[in-house]
Amino acid sequence: MKEKVLEVRDLAITFNTSAGKVKAVRGVDLDLYKGETVAIVGESGSGKSVTTKAIMGILSNNGTIDSGEIHYTFEKEGEEVTENLLNFSKKQMRKTINGKHIAMIFQDPMTSLDPTMSIGNQIIEGMRTHYKTKKKIAQAKAIKLLELVGITDPKSRMKNYPHQLSGGMRQRIVIAIALACDPDVLICDEPTTALDVTIQAKILELIQDIQKKIGISVIYITHDLGVVAKVAEYVNVMYAGKIVEKGTVDDIFYEPKHPYTWGLLLAMPDLETNTEKLVSIPGNPPNMSHDIVGDPFYPRNKYALHIDKEIEPPLIAVSETHSAATWLLSEHGPEYSLPTELQARITRMKEEAKHYAAG
Amino acid sequence: MKKYILKRIGMSVATLLVIVLVLFILMQLLPGSPFNDERLSIEQQQVLMSKYGLDDSVPVQFFRYVKNMLTGDFGKSYTISKNTDVSLLLQNRLPTSLLLGGLSILLGSVAGLLLGVAAALKHNSLLDSMATFFSVIGVSIPSYVFALGLSYLFGFQLSWLPMLYNADDGLRAFALPAVALSMTVMATVARFTRTEMIEVLNSDYMQLVESKGVSGIQLIFKHALRNASISIITILGPLVVSLMTGSLVVEKIFSIPGIGQLMVQAIQSNDYNVILALAFVYSALYIFVMLAVDILYGVLDPRIRLAKEGANG
Amino acid sequence: MDKPLNQIIQNKVADFTFVGQKNIKVVDEVYEEDSYWKQLFKRIAKNKGSVFGFIMITLIAFMALLGPVISGYDFDEQIAGHESMAPRIPVLENLGVFDGSETLKTSTGELVVNKYETIEGGEEVYHWFGTDVLGRDLFTRTWIGTRISLYIALVAVIVDVFIGMSYGMISGYYGGKVDNIMQRSVEVLNGIPNLVVVTLLIIVLKPGLMSITLAIAITGWIGMSRVSRASMLKLKESEYVLAARTMGAKDISIMYKDILPNIFSQLLIMSMFSIPSAIFTEAFLAFVGIGIPVPMASLGSLISENFKSLTTHFYMIVPPVLVLALLMLSFNLLADGLRDALDPTMKEV
Repeated sequence: MKEKVLEVRDLAITFNTSAGKVKAVRGVDLDLYKGETVAIVGESGSGKSVTTKAIMGILSNNGTIDSGEIHYTFEKEGEEVTENLLNFSKKQMRKTINGKHIAMIFQDPMTSLDPTMSIGNQIIEGMRTHYKTKKKIAQAKAIKLLELVGITDPKSRMKNYPHQLSGGMRQRIVIAIALACDPDVLICDEPTTALDVTIQAKILELIQDIQKKIGISVIYITHDLGVVAKVAEYVNVMYAGKIVEKGTVDDIFYEPKHPYTWGLLLAMPDLETNTEKLVSIPGNPPNMSHDIVGDPFYPRNKYALHIDKEIEPPLIAVSETHSAATWLLSEHGPEYSLPTELQARITRMKEEAKHYAAG
Repeated sequence: MKKYILKRIGMSVATLLVIVLVLFILMQLLPGSPFNDERLSIEQQQVLMSKYGLDDSVPVQFFRYVKNMLTGDFGKSYTISKNTDVSLLLQNRLPTSLLLGGLSILLGSVAGLLLGVAAALKHNSLLDSMATFFSVIGVSIPSYVFALGLSYLFGFQLSWLPMLYNADDGLRAFALPAVALSMTVMATVARFTRTEMIEVLNSDYMQLVESKGVSGIQLIFKHALRNASISIITILGPLVVSLMTGSLVVEKIFSIPGIGQLMVQAIQSNDYNVILALAFVYSALYIFVMLAVDILYGVLDPRIRLAKEGANG
Repeated sequence: MDKPLNQIIQNKVADFTFVGQKNIKVVDEVYEEDSYWKQLFKRIAKNKGSVFGFIMITLIAFMALLGPVISGYDFDEQIAGHESMAPRIPVLENLGVFDGSETLKTSTGELVVNKYETIEGGEEVYHWFGTDVLGRDLFTRTWIGTRISLYIALVAVIVDVFIGMSYGMISGYYGGKVDNIMQRSVEVLNGIPNLVVVTLLIIVLKPGLMSITLAIAITGWIGMSRVSRASMLKLKESEYVLAARTMGAKDISIMYKDILPNIFSQLLIMSMFSIPSAIFTEAFLAFVGIGIPVPMASLGSLISENFKSLTTHFYMIVPPVLVLALLMLSFNLLADGLRDALDPTMKEV
């Protein structure tokens, strides 16, 4: 039986901005099992980062959590407990959860390290704060961590400052910082977006390696389905503050049900596809400061139904692992077929997968 | 770092030399040289000229002037205190002014930092609005207006504190002028600290620090304020200038026997040697502060401290 | 899925049909787009401080123009017998304030006197802000003095635009040696405290409006030159400037036609910030005794003159101090508001 580490239920978050109230997250459910990787995919502004920031308790001050629960199961003084993180004060979060149990890697390694503190001190700070680890011991562990994340000559790097390192190195440091206190959950917020393509792959592999080695659970945020295919077991597709389709990687890639997921898949370049046939999703995500009536994807949806104008579709289960929020799946839904382009692509992907599995 | 410091020192020396050159030229231009006295015959003037080395070539004169300035030989006062060495006038007054300036900077920076940090931490709260309001007022209103108000209210109407300076009062005598001068410092520091702190607190690396589980005092002082302070110390230079200007007026209002009051007297009585000497002293002080700020900046910011030798910067 | 939703769906079965691609209008959510200036105006108008600042400046400028005309006195008119009279304002005098009486502290205690009752024909005399020790009407003098401060404000802006902006833009645009030399010179000039530059300048020249103008011209532009240089450095590498250059545009035309409009807002903010310090410089010079020569008046010289009567006739110093403080505050508030509206990330230099 799989152990559930994190369970988010009906999370809703609003931001107070000068342009009015923005409903960034509108009822998100999310499950994370021990040792597994869940990806959250979506365009910028879909609420994926906000969701994880709420889990970390680092929402900016103008954000309020309207409803929801975040149940986190962890070991506390030798006993396994499950607590609602939303009941924790900021201070409690920092003391008991952040770094110690849930750690995070951010998007831009160029800006996410403190420029005035040496690498070594930034890595040991977590240990020193949470466990009052002796400086020598913490430093020894930091050197090991640097080795783990693939930094050569770790001893002398400890004394370096962020500006002396390249972007890829910095992201490795950030990963080392995140791992310093042996967390159970690692949240990666687009950890490769700001890096060169060649380094992207290396960092992805590094995170996977580490996951294998220490059995940590990972939440992976990205807008890149290619990354998802590589790292994740479960996928949540987010649109306009809601999860519109969730399932295993196979579910999402081979049997996508939501027109938005179709769009994302079609927009993903692969070797066989002519660039002419790369289709982008028309239009832009909705303005979240307005009340959303009906399906927020309606105006951009080729497969829109009349009912989408009025009622937002709930998640409708397709299988035990797979569900999507589209009226197409309703018992009343009309007959439809996948875009031919996508059909062809899925067939190709399946063949490739077979090929790799065989070879 | 070495190169950085050497470069700053070089720049400071160059600036000081330029100032001395300007003062030297001014000295030649200014009317009222004692040797222009019509009662003296040409021969007598010649004797005087050679006695004071005025018949030497201009570069020689200039270098002598530089040497005099650096050794504190500023010549004699014409009008304020006839034939007294200017250096003697300064000797008594400089410490008083430095004490007043130091007190004001200390008072203003501490209060300003606290106010600025508090406002940034409680961004968009009532406290923040109030801090912003007070700092706009403090920045806008010249220190001598504060001085006049304080002097009238606490000195004259309420008689709580001395209205005029008296050395016997000790630090009490500095209370009103130091508070008046520190208002601008406080407001400027608070304003700047608030902006810098808000920027730092919203930065990506603070999110990482928070997600490490660091909070409270450690978060504010070890990370936020440390990063903000790099920019905050750069306002020290402009502050010293405004303090100098302010001290001229405030020393006059409270009749404090400092160099500010001396400057005002010298200006009003055209005592050129005193003016030139003070111009030199003020410039030297300012250049010294700027140099200290630059070096401190380099020490605080590892990007400068660890810059590769030979690299530009 | 809860029941009501199910029921609703039952009633909408007919709606489970495709809309069809043609019938969906892809409406890109475009936020109501006002013209640039209108947006700007709206954003500035939202900021209470800047609105207050703007209104106060307008009001003060209006009074500076009109005040001396309506007072019925000349600014340098010394009326015998009218020396040191407390403020007396019609209508308000009936309420017991500004009725021309003042409390004098004497060795025997406090004494309330009203000079308007003792002088001949005093019933008909009104000095709204009172008079100074020479019997000059302070209302007239205050507003005449305000004119000087406003003139200084204008000078500061002109200096900023013509010297500071051009210097910074040229230095940033040409870069290399030109930039190096120009920046080193600024560093040296900046290494001399303003106080020294200004006092030296004025003791060489004769004190007067011209010298003050010159003093501000020499010292007032450095901040602006830095801002415009920094913006220039950022923008000159931008694609559209490169494009203009490859098309063969001349340097001057690139600077003024392509770059200037894009850094305009920063320059506007900067010049607003330099006004208060210019006004302060004038007031400071006057207070030290090298400002506008008598009998002309500026706010600074009024404060300086009336400071001597601080303990005896407090009311004399109030109007110039108040107008000066309000004027500086208003310019600062306006500059703050402009910055918040135009370029919130900009820092003061």
